[in-house]
Amino acid sequence: KHLQERRQDGAAEGSARQQEMEKSRPLWDNPVQFVFACISYAVGLGNVWRFPYLCQMYGGGGFLIPYFIMLIVEGMPLLYMELAVGQRMRQGSIGAWKIISPYLCGVGVASVVVSFFLSMYYNVINAWAFWYLFHSFQDPLPWATCPLNSNRTGYEEECEKTSSTQYFWYRQTLNISPSLEVSGAVQWEQALCLTLAWLVVYLCILRGTESTGKVVYVTASLPYCVLIIYLIRGLTLHGAVNGLIYMFTPKLEQLSNPKTWISAATQIFFSLGLGFGSLIAFASYNEPSNNCERHAIIVSLINSATSIFASIVTFSIYGFKATFNYESCINKVILLLLNAFDLEEGSLTADNLNEMKDYLMATHPQEYAQLLPQLKNCSLEAELDTAVQGTGLAFIVYSEAIKNMEVSQLYSVLYFVMLLMLGIGSMLGNTAAILTPLTDSKVIATRFPKEVISGVVCFINCIIGLIFTMEAGNYWFDIFNDYAATLSLLLIVLVETIAVCYIYGLRRFEKDLHTMIGRKLNWYWKVMWAFASPLLIISLFIFYLTDYILTGTLQYQAWDGTQGQLVTKDYPGYALAVIGLLVASSTMCIPLGALVTFVRKRLKRERVSTVA
Amino acid sequence: MLQVLLLTFSVVTVAHAELCKPDAQNAFKVRLSIKTALGDNAYAWDANEEYLFKAMVAFTMRRYSTKTTTQISNVLLCNVTDRVSFWFVVTDSSKNTTTVPGSEVEAAIRMNRNRINNAFLLSDKTLQFLKISSTLAPPVEPSTPVWLIVFGVVLCLIVAAIVFLVVAGIQQRKKKNKESTERENLEEKGEVTITIENGIPCETLDLKAGHINGVFSADDERFTSL
Repeated sequence: KHLQERRQDGAAEGSARQQEMEKSRPLWDNPVQFVFACISYAVGLGNVWRFPYLCQMYGGGGFLIPYFIMLIVEGMPLLYMELAVGQRMRQGSIGAWKIISPYLCGVGVASVVVSFFLSMYYNVINAWAFWYLFHSFQDPLPWATCPLNSNRTGYEEECEKTSSTQYFWYRQTLNISPSLEVSGAVQWEQALCLTLAWLVVYLCILRGTESTGKVVYVTASLPYCVLIIYLIRGLTLHGAVNGLIYMFTPKLEQLSNPKTWISAATQIFFSLGLGFGSLIAFASYNEPSNNCERHAIIVSLINSATSIFASIVTFSIYGFKATFNYESCINKVILLLLNAFDLEEGSLTADNLNEMKDYLMATHPQEYAQLLPQLKNCSLEAELDTAVQGTGLAFIVYSEAIKNMEVSQLYSVLYFVMLLMLGIGSMLGNTAAILTPLTDSKVIATRFPKEVISGVVCFINCIIGLIFTMEAGNYWFDIFNDYAATLSLLLIVLVETIAVCYIYGLRRFEKDLHTMIGRKLNWYWKVMWAFASPLLIISLFIFYLTDYILTGTLQYQAWDGTQGQLVTKDYPGYALAVIGLLVASSTMCIPLGALVTFVRKRLKRERVSTVA
Repeated sequence: MLQVLLLTFSVVTVAHAELCKPDAQNAFKVRLSIKTALGDNAYAWDANEEYLFKAMVAFTMRRYSTKTTTQISNVLLCNVTDRVSFWFVVTDSSKNTTTVPGSEVEAAIRMNRNRINNAFLLSDKTLQFLKISSTLAPPVEPSTPVWLIVFGVVLCLIVAAIVFLVVAGIQQRKKKNKESTERENLEEKGEVTITIENGIPCETLDLKAGHINGVFSADDERFTSL
């Protein structure tokens, strides 16, 4: 009987331990998957459409100096810290910060809220990329020519005023309304593309790390293949060298402009995706003995290298587009003069244009004076100077360059597939930041399987995302893009750094890292975490606040169809309220979390004391 | 005799000159851009090409309405420039001194624009009739937009993959549940023949995720206290 009891005891314990092990954390198949996941998340659309703009605005090649300094002072240390926290605590952002200090659960919640906002609007970009991708299978490309007007005697009026690529973006893709107040209806085509984008994201996160780990092989490496193809194509384009020379000649006087340094710091900060909780989530699926120090350095270096690589491609495309437009402008002037004065074809060329203009002015002064308002002064510098960033660069400038290439359909498909890979890679990180705390919490994870939780999150995001498919949707998109994440993230990362260094204790953290990695922590990391990075973040925070306060009312760019260009307008009251709500809802989580924990502890202590 | 001939000839040329001049009534300006269109294969514009042009216009007028019997001589060209642009009028075949109304000429040329273009190896853009706007060709629109087709294909693939993964996940979970309930039933009967190593069934050690050695995280009560 005694033996049977022993065996039953053993069996009961065995089944309990079996349950414990089945619920143990899923892991990446190998460290490469983890590195690829981080790269896929960090290398996103910002590398392609924000960094080239910054490079152009703040001194060309000279911008690389503040950029690299900020990478070393701010980027690498903060990235290493987040990865180390995730790997050590082996929980999503809420659980990890709760372990560091129960009063800091608000930080984790704030991260989840910011990630939620981000995933709401970010997938709309993937929807647009799908839209353009599906339209690339036509000859000629739909944005290459203007559509005809109703009686087929000319082109659509709005398209005449602006270019065909801008018309395709503003009218046929977004169907944008003249201002934020005019909401308009949901565009069913965009809604379909958004649904497809969310289905794709759901497919990738369905099985957790099992599926995500395989997907990131593709989303991390495919963009590089396309960038290399574009680099070769871009450098061989006519006029590409103009762009490269113009952009990369360093204008070192910009280094004395404080905005240069602030932009470099901001770009490094947001490009690595710190503070969303995605990095913590990814690192929590690591083996405890993973060398996250090495991986942090690798990921941050690859991210910056990709930015520079992408900007070389972008500048060569700029140069091509600028040269093409300049030559078209010159040809238009030549044609105008030829037709007005009935000169022989070929007598006016780009080289002798100026002399001939003077000659014509001298010989036929009256007709020339009549013609003068139509003769535009074509300038290559002016074309190169048009600095664009964001969706304008990705969808207007690039598609304009693509339509002028040979075999444009192929390049168009490649380019939009690349945008999709970059966007989906970042979405995987965002959704991981939301799902990991949900699947970690026992309350939800025991009741619902993983697939259901992911499905519900994707579904809610998709429904809310339909706001961005309305006619005024792009204006709301800009609101979310500019305000949902900026201030909140700075605050979150600041609190994170202070928490790790001073609340958890730098010595204790150093010991944990020593157990995990097996190497002593370099003094460099300690100095950065304790002093340099927090100071930098505080200064960025102060700068942003003063910028918001000084500019007074916030304004946005609205598309005016009658003029065919963007006009500046003020935000209406309710939009400002939404902005305030966005910023407040994530930042308030931090003090609220501390307050709730404090109150709970007080109540428990009172209950214990009354019981005792 | 000779004097009469000379007089009629001069009258005719003067009349013609008055009929065909820039901005005359019912006159149209034509502009050709041969070098732009044909590049190296461009032909020179000479009297023969002018003759061809007159012939094409006459053909166009005849084709437009069967009543007219326009002759090549009825088409008058003037002010030919180096650009290759000139003016032309079509005179009435019955009375040599009046011109055919501009609306008729315009309608005729619109109808046969394609034939005229092809005769000169040019297009609407490179052979311009300045007052006659051309109807632009509508783009070829397939019955279903191409993008919807591609969208449909991608959507079907993605939905199929999702359904496959979800169903596979459900099946896997059912199999795991069945196995664990079987094992629990056997254990309750006390007839378990599973090899047990230190209280852990050996099969669970094969789980990829189960690298945590549960033994060492267990409580210490199983070991005799010192």
